[in-house]
Amino acid sequence: MRDFFSAYRRELIASGVLVVLLSVYLGTHPRGASTYVLTIWANQCVILGLVAIAQFFAVIVRGIDLSVGAVMALTNTLASHLLDGSAVAIGLGIVAVLVAGVLCGLLNGALVVFGRIQPIVVTLATASIFVGIALILRPTPGGAVNYDLADAITLDLFGVPTALVIVAVLVFAFWLPFRRTGLGLGLYAVGSSAQGAFQSGMPVTTIRLAAFSLAGLFGAIAGLFYTFVTTTGDAGIAPNFTLNSIAAVVLGGVLLRGGTGSLIGALIGAFILKTIAALMFFSGIPSLAQPLFEGMILAVAIAIGGADILRARNRLEAFGR
Amino acid sequence: MTDLPTPIVSIEAVTKTFGATVALKDVDFQCFPGEVHAILGENGAGKSTLMKTISGVIRPTSGVLRAGGTPVTFKGPGDALRAGFVCMYQELSLVPDLSVQENLLLGAPGSRLGRLDRSPLATARDLLDRIDGQDIRLGAKVSDLTLAECQQVEIVKALIRKPKLLILDEATSALNASVVEKVFDLIRAQRDEGVAVLFISHRFHEIEALADRISVFRNGQRVETFPNGAHDYAAIIDMMVGQRIDELFPAKRSLPQDAKTVLDVADFAWQPEVKPTSFTVKAGQIVGLGGLDGQGQSRLLQGLFGLLRGTEGTLRINGAPIPTTGPKAAKQANIGLAYIPEDRKADGLIQDQSIMENLDLAAMGRADLAAGDVALYAGSLDRLELKHGGLDLPVSSLSGGNQQKVVLAKWLALAPKVLLLADPTRGIDVKTKTQIYTLLRELADAGTAILLLSTDYEELIHLCDETHIFYDGAVTRSLSGDDLSAQNIIAASLNIPSDGGVAHA
Repeated sequence: MRDFFSAYRRELIASGVLVVLLSVYLGTHPRGASTYVLTIWANQCVILGLVAIAQFFAVIVRGIDLSVGAVMALTNTLASHLLDGSAVAIGLGIVAVLVAGVLCGLLNGALVVFGRIQPIVVTLATASIFVGIALILRPTPGGAVNYDLADAITLDLFGVPTALVIVAVLVFAFWLPFRRTGLGLGLYAVGSSAQGAFQSGMPVTTIRLAAFSLAGLFGAIAGLFYTFVTTTGDAGIAPNFTLNSIAAVVLGGVLLRGGTGSLIGALIGAFILKTIAALMFFSGIPSLAQPLFEGMILAVAIAIGGADILRARNRLEAFGR
Repeated sequence: MTDLPTPIVSIEAVTKTFGATVALKDVDFQCFPGEVHAILGENGAGKSTLMKTISGVIRPTSGVLRAGGTPVTFKGPGDALRAGFVCMYQELSLVPDLSVQENLLLGAPGSRLGRLDRSPLATARDLLDRIDGQDIRLGAKVSDLTLAECQQVEIVKALIRKPKLLILDEATSALNASVVEKVFDLIRAQRDEGVAVLFISHRFHEIEALADRISVFRNGQRVETFPNGAHDYAAIIDMMVGQRIDELFPAKRSLPQDAKTVLDVADFAWQPEVKPTSFTVKAGQIVGLGGLDGQGQSRLLQGLFGLLRGTEGTLRINGAPIPTTGPKAAKQANIGLAYIPEDRKADGLIQDQSIMENLDLAAMGRADLAAGDVALYAGSLDRLELKHGGLDLPVSSLSGGNQQKVVLAKWLALAPKVLLLADPTRGIDVKTKTQIYTLLRELADAGTAILLLSTDYEELIHLCDETHIFYDGAVTRSLSGDDLSAQNIIAASLNIPSDGGVAHA
């Protein structure tokens, strides 16, 4: 039990914050805790949650992915062309969108691993490429999506928002089993001490490639979900989602130095950010002032996370050692 | 052993070079099933390079590595593990952010990237209990463990991989004697089951207790292999030391009776790495700090220069107490400390900046010095004969030896009263070394107190007037005059008794 609390301290703190924020939101919302309110809230949270998961996979191996928003924009515009017509066509379209995301991630990973370039530089460059392709696919927002499918995914199941069901499936059917595989363990090992992982005989190269590919895959899932929520393709969404994904993982207790944090933390961080945004929407704060408040909350969260350095006994440790 | 079995591992004519440095030179070596083979040698004798070659961390420049008689090429430690070669590293291979059980499962055979096979955990629990690790919870995070606990986990991690060859590189350095004995029982049991064990330790009594055969390495070559007990300590130490040279060094002067104390260190400590330590450096004296790597001597230098928080004890220069608040205070004229760090490439210089910009850095922030004035550095640069193609070229264009001259010149411009040097000649050519030795002796003669940390015992013998040998965070022996010999230094470094010197119990 003691180990559980110390291992998940960050997630527990973040979920406490989320519970408080959500109670305030539902308490002050004119329509209260209705399925309608919850569904809209959940859809917004889950879009960002999925991008945050993409970012999490890059950050956990001591990387960063500035192209997650761009992958999302690319897959969103692609989906806006492919998600209409017969069931078979839609099915193939979904597969094509996911494959596109994985390929984007794999390209990032290959450039990082084999090109030996820092992730921040690689993904800054590829982000422009992906947005470029997205603009060719969809110069102005638009497109058509099968409405029945979009409704099924973005409304509710017996009163529970479908988006939350998707998140539950993701956590219990994917993340928890995945964490118990060699790859799941290897991601943390590489991010925490690549040397230790290498000396333990782990295939460090393969793990890094897998991490970036997973980032691409979840970028695509985010793009897909965004398509169902908005039923349009829009190439202009990249920068906002990239920045918010980084903010979300930090809020969720994922350390940017790698090796610490979890997919659940990334999700909670995204939910917190979106709940704050929703709160401000109803609290009367002008929407133009929202980034200011979001930024301040983020700065405080990061400052608390970095307070460890005050306890360092070797002054040289303050300089990144 | 008339009919030798096939060696578990054998290397033939293996050479490994790092740039111009030859770490292993034409080495032949074999280790057989069912033996504990100890490797002895000085720092830099090639022991760790040998272990890393066998465990797949580095690839030999030339020569053949055989596993069970078959030539093999390891692309990484993963390949070596699959061949049954399991290494327990000196620099631990544990991942700090993961729990003990996750570390035990990491890279374990049978569960590569797929579903983890958790069956070895029961064995691991049992093994941990047998080496006094009852208090280590499998769910605890490795970064919360002590160094000793990490070593216990590391030993268990190696054993549950069912090795054919178990390599222990200083595997028990942080463990106390009773735990070590229990670890040895486990290792003996492994040996009796036919596992080959390669064992590196600096503790002679451990080697005596455990080894079947011993190989001595010196300067990257295997000197001799013999059964345990064939030679006594003195003979083994002589093998480790080999030939000596002394014309490299300037002549020592006898210190005048009335030489005044410049640096006075009293009960200086940084627990637990540095235990209370006292010594003095007089004007005209070069005082050496020796010992194996990481026994506290480099931390002591960092502490004196104010790089560590929470140091205890007092530090006086010319009688005045000195605060240890950081380099900015330490370099001011009223204190006059200068520190030449161990890693000149990373800590001593800014590689992308020019020679001149690097020279400026120490004098900047001293109101009484004009940092930009070349004249400030010209004297030292001439004395050291710095070879350069222009002071505005990046410092990275210089050779290692010339880079070190820049580091020295930049600090000498401040005319320090006390010069702290951390292994200043590591990896430097002989000519530059003699220039640095001559300079240090001249500075000492001019009244600068010099404290020299060195991993090269020749320097400690021939350059230093007095040498303090560290072991486990404290000075175990202070040597001067005729007691300042290689045998005594090595014996003190290994903390085994020998004649001569002032022993600190």
